[in-house]
Amino acid sequence: MGPALLAVVRRDLRIAFRRLPDLASPLMFFAIVITLFPLAISPEPAVLRQIGPGVLWVAALLATLLALNTLFRSDFDDGSLEQLALSQQPLPVLVFGKILAHWLISGVPLVLLSPLLALSYDLSSNGLRVLALGLLIGTPTLSLLGAVGAALTAGLRQAGGLLALLVLPLMLPVLVFGARATTLAATGQDPAGPLYLLAALAVLAVTLAPFATAAAVRVSLE
Amino acid sequence: MQKTTHLEKLDCDSLTLWRGDRCLFEGLSFQIGAGTAALVRGPNGSGKTSLLRVICGLSPPEHGAVSWMGRPIQHQRQAYAGELAHCGHTDGLNAELTPIENLAFFCVLHGTDSANGTAQLSGLGLDAYADLPVRVLSAGQRRRTGLARVLAAKACLWVLDEPFTNLDGEGRRYLTDQLAAHLGNGGMVVIASHQDPEIPVEQLLTITLGGRD
Repeated sequence: MGPALLAVVRRDLRIAFRRLPDLASPLMFFAIVITLFPLAISPEPAVLRQIGPGVLWVAALLATLLALNTLFRSDFDDGSLEQLALSQQPLPVLVFGKILAHWLISGVPLVLLSPLLALSYDLSSNGLRVLALGLLIGTPTLSLLGAVGAALTAGLRQAGGLLALLVLPLMLPVLVFGARATTLAATGQDPAGPLYLLAALAVLAVTLAPFATAAAVRVSLE
Repeated sequence: MQKTTHLEKLDCDSLTLWRGDRCLFEGLSFQIGAGTAALVRGPNGSGKTSLLRVICGLSPPEHGAVSWMGRPIQHQRQAYAGELAHCGHTDGLNAELTPIENLAFFCVLHGTDSANGTAQLSGLGLDAYADLPVRVLSAGQRRRTGLARVLAAKACLWVLDEPFTNLDGEGRRYLTDQLAAHLGNGGMVVIASHQDPEIPVEQLLTITLGGRD
């Protein structure tokens, strides 16, 4: 089970690094959205401080959604997904490996970039720290929830809009608690409550999403 | 071959499959035992690929059941997967990875040694191309890599969808030899083809689909 998980992660990372443009576009989107807001709304620090957490989290959510389309698409098209489903290894473990690799290439850069981009919103140092922490807990949840939808829509030709409709409602709690934790920390209050809720959502997603995704993969392959 | 007992048997019992409002096959039953090959024939669109997917357990049939060693395959998915090697009309290879990397990954999935995959690539004459990404290979070379994957799995039951497509004369001969060796060792093969490939075995079961609208 361990070697299979590791093999999937290594394979997917290798493929991702050979297709760097695919890797970079959601990140570029994240950076562009965040830098455009201050230009379009107001350069007032008070206004920016107020909208900052929300804008950062919305941009992270949309960037994750954008990256999700590629999760199963190429494996579905080239028949690799069939081979995963016909493998001796448990499919939930294999799809968990795919999701983990996907988070490493799409989620981790968001977490690392976010404090830097958040500087333009004049967030306090505590706010920056909680933003990065919140994204560190929240983005795996987003990838896991999104994977269920990505697996269900892997076989559909024009699934971009459908995927967003399917998974956005599930992702909203992450957005609400994540943005709330960042706002609380930025205004000098205790962000522990929403952070715990984010963590609880992450545990729930890690436990259930791989099984739901594996089932969705089998449905897509029928 | 890992297991060569005569007990191992694939049993397809009154399979029925519909695609949309078209019945592809109805009440189709057959069994194959050790050393037997089944050739699924029929014109384009007659349901050959669909039947193979049902045998693999990828799509469930409307009625009927596929059993392996007397147990329905959906109740023993992983055990059955260990006995099965499937090559569909897509070869199941990632275009960015090299044939060696593709095979090494597949060997992990099937719990076999990855040296095995390398050996099969040499056997199929792909040594010179083993370090190039699959996307630059020709259709025939891809098909060879896909077949190397099947050979490397060391499985008992091979399910091959049009395996001779895109292969040159030498490739066909090599595949025919491998099929003969596999069947001689008590393996089983299900092949879908719209041509009439030479399958070097006495116990050949021919399943003809189609002829129904």
